[in-house]
Amino acid sequence: MHTKVVQLEVTIPEAVSYPGARRPDRHRWVSSFGVKLASCEWGDEDAPPLFLVHGGSDFAGTFDGFAPMLADAGWRVISWDHRGHGDSDHAALYSWDADVRDALAVLDSITPDAVPAIAHSKGGGMMLQLAEALPRRMSKLVVIDGLPSPDPHPDVSDHEEHALNAKNLSAWLDHRRTAGSLHRKPGTLDELAKRRKRMNPRLDDEWLRYLVTVGARHDPDGWRWKLDPAIRMGGFGPWRPHWSLDRMKLLEIPLLGLTATVEEEMGWGTKHEQLIPYLPPSARLIPFPATGHFIHIEHPREVADLVLDFLS
Amino acid sequence: MTVFLTHNKMKLAFHTLRGGEGPNLLLLHGLGERSPKAVPADVSNWPGAVFAVDFTGHGESTMPGGGGYTAELLMGDADVAMSMLGSATILGRGLGGYVGLLLAGARPRSVRGTIIADGHGMAGGGDRPGPTVVRGVPERETTPDPFALVELAADLRPPEYAEQFVALACAGSGLERPITVCAKAQPDWLKAIIRQPGVKEASLEDALSYYAALPKS
Repeated sequence: MHTKVVQLEVTIPEAVSYPGARRPDRHRWVSSFGVKLASCEWGDEDAPPLFLVHGGSDFAGTFDGFAPMLADAGWRVISWDHRGHGDSDHAALYSWDADVRDALAVLDSITPDAVPAIAHSKGGGMMLQLAEALPRRMSKLVVIDGLPSPDPHPDVSDHEEHALNAKNLSAWLDHRRTAGSLHRKPGTLDELAKRRKRMNPRLDDEWLRYLVTVGARHDPDGWRWKLDPAIRMGGFGPWRPHWSLDRMKLLEIPLLGLTATVEEEMGWGTKHEQLIPYLPPSARLIPFPATGHFIHIEHPREVADLVLDFLS
Repeated sequence: MTVFLTHNKMKLAFHTLRGGEGPNLLLLHGLGERSPKAVPADVSNWPGAVFAVDFTGHGESTMPGGGGYTAELLMGDADVAMSMLGSATILGRGLGGYVGLLLAGARPRSVRGTIIADGHGMAGGGDRPGPTVVRGVPERETTPDPFALVELAADLRPPEYAEQFVALACAGSGLERPITVCAKAQPDWLKAIIRQPGVKEASLEDALSYYAALPKS
């Protein structure tokens, strides 16, 4: 048995409240072949499980506003910090396939049965792969601005062909040479919120301050985001976007896709009209007007209602 | 002599098989293998120093938990070794040949030619993803890491991706022939690059002689 589950004691150093935000009801460690993953849950432990997946360079705490709405509607909502993110281990190696394997380790720790999944950004691509590889483990899929796109994926480090040029390759290797000794820059709570604001310009300042308290650690010299500094936005690799689009075509479970209409640094640039030729018959696609990449944070109630209706 | 270099959280075993003046030769081993303990007979005529590095999860290098291997990660291993040398000709066997190709494109001014020779893990996982997720591997405490064996045997290598690294090597190295192929086993990515300008098939002996005779960079 390679997947081990241990109850996790979590302390929040300086909680900043945010209207509607609620920390998970339970935390557990799940070991994925030696990489400790911080898993968390909202809602009744006996309720039907619902899998909630964050995107690249993010963490499960960003669901503190959205997940409680699903839990309060009768679901046991399970999420986890991907390796190198949030409270999970900073791993020696990172890859897309390792992230998918970790997802399966968390899922296996909950149930051997099929569950519905909601995934944001990169998490959407991960769940498409999991649904293709193990179709009996997923009953329905909601993807929040993470459906495949012919365009670059900024939060995916190894699926990128557009960045394959001399300058980017050299910069990536330079980063690798020093990655083991890098440390995140400390700052005040407000400074970290401002840094995050550069990537999430549409999210309000109080929410970003709240995120610092759940996604950063408070060291003697200041706050630091917990994200492993070895992880770098962008990157390159052999993956071709049309492989993901072809994969989506073959999806056999019901799919609800929510797409943003305002481009942001962390967004995938997925265009509603680009997706239509690749949608499986079971798919429904809803564009959110005047909305950025974090649709579920900009419109939590509206997204929760759509999802709950889809899952019912 | 072996020293350990740092690549992120891994320690890489970097071996000096033979010191000396003249051009450097860096050996990259195949999948599941490890660096030789002495200069192999077929490269004994190389006029300079000969080095080798054990990839992550191989030989004396770190075997991390949880997998996550890619050929690009191994290119980072080879680049850390290259940081000790300044410049070198690379002789890669199997997987090491593919990694040598990547590094020739990514560090064209440092790599004074890459020789791709037969060895384990040359093919990788082909050019299209399958419906797979590697759920786990049998536990093992010694190298080679089973995750490395499984993940790097399935590592995608589309021919057009490999061709891009040839183009980068040609554009940045100033060499007329930055890549030489000595391999008899030729998966699709290798067949594709052989058709590219800057790549030639030759015997290992001829390839070593060609790169050994290059003027200093």
